[in-house]
Amino acid sequence: MSAGWVLNSVLAVLVLGVAGAIIAVRTLFAAVVGFVVLGLLLAIVWVRLAAVDVALTEAAIGSGVTGAVLIAAASRLRATEKVSVAEQPGPALRVGAGILSALVAAGLAALVVFAADPAPSLAPAAVAHLVELGVGNPVTAVLLAYRGIDTLLEKMVLLLALLGVWSLAPDMVWGGAPEVSAGAVDGGALALLGRVLPPVGIVVGVYVLWVGATDPGGAFQGGAVIASMWILALMAGLLPAPAIRARWVRRALVAGPAVFLAVGMAGFAWPGGFLSYPAGYAKPLIVAIEAALTFSVVIVLGLLAAGPPHHGPGR
Amino acid sequence: MTFGRDILTILAVTAGVFFFFAGTVGLLRFPDPLCRLHALTKADNLGLGLIVLGLLPWADGVWGGVKLVGIWLLAQLSGAIVTQMIARAVRHGGEAP
Repeated sequence: MSAGWVLNSVLAVLVLGVAGAIIAVRTLFAAVVGFVVLGLLLAIVWVRLAAVDVALTEAAIGSGVTGAVLIAAASRLRATEKVSVAEQPGPALRVGAGILSALVAAGLAALVVFAADPAPSLAPAAVAHLVELGVGNPVTAVLLAYRGIDTLLEKMVLLLALLGVWSLAPDMVWGGAPEVSAGAVDGGALALLGRVLPPVGIVVGVYVLWVGATDPGGAFQGGAVIASMWILALMAGLLPAPAIRARWVRRALVAGPAVFLAVGMAGFAWPGGFLSYPAGYAKPLIVAIEAALTFSVVIVLGLLAAGPPHHGPGR
Repeated sequence: MTFGRDILTILAVTAGVFFFFAGTVGLLRFPDPLCRLHALTKADNLGLGLIVLGLLPWADGVWGGVKLVGIWLLAQLSGAIVTQMIARAVRHGGEAP
């Protein structure tokens, strides 16, 4: 019984406890806070499983940016919260939800208990071609080379999500700027953080992007760090939120997927297949795609957190 | 030399854990939000600071040590500012969260 075993057990108990607490608490805000805590705990769990890439994503996106979005949503829903909490689902719905949850839990438990030993793994295949690609991080190789199409579609889904948020705006403010402000409670403290933290955060974000080629990191994680710096500056009122119809916003949003798609199309001409990289140029192309994706991820995540337009577009 | 390093680590990390524990007890037990914030800052500043101090001898070279101290400074900065904001919200809103 080693120290690692104790740590793992404590983590497992904490994750289950926090997950239960999220369901049990009465207010939406408390549930969101629980969700953020759960994200941080899960990030530690991923580190324990030696999946540092997933841990970085979980901490930056699952906990950080999603947490900010959910807190904003919870504070918007505060006016209607009493009504929605008072609504009780009928017995049929309750029993149905209970049966479904039990089935999912039993299925997951069966997967764990009757898992194949040794577990099937594609890890050797993923590592086998790293030298030809020139990237040292097998996760980046999977995301940008072996399964590039998945990553491309994932980035486009992000744009769809942003369109979904934007479409919540009433017609008369369409094209205008979101309202992002911490309100009058601040008194300069947030503005100080908004000035001091972004230089550090931007350096960390660019580092995470750059190091993604050889070590855990990459476009999504680095982009999330830089995006949270932008969100911070927006919330502190140091920067105005851009109008969503601004041309630079639209161009920045499509820049990453467009570069990815262009490189993918160029693959038809040279090595002879969609999203295939010419021999010897794989690493620079992957880094270029990741840099462009980071740029778009920053804008998408920032605008997702900023929410739908609030003011009219002006003229 | 190694012995002294071990002693420093054990003492500093134990003291850090004590401050985290005290801060958590304060967070749970103190009567109003401002007192609870006061308890929390002890965990952030002293607790994390002492744990970082205890881990410094084990750091991965000079840069590892600089990173550890950097993490502590960033935690201090964000902790201090978040505390300010919550305290201000409590004073202006009047309602305990």
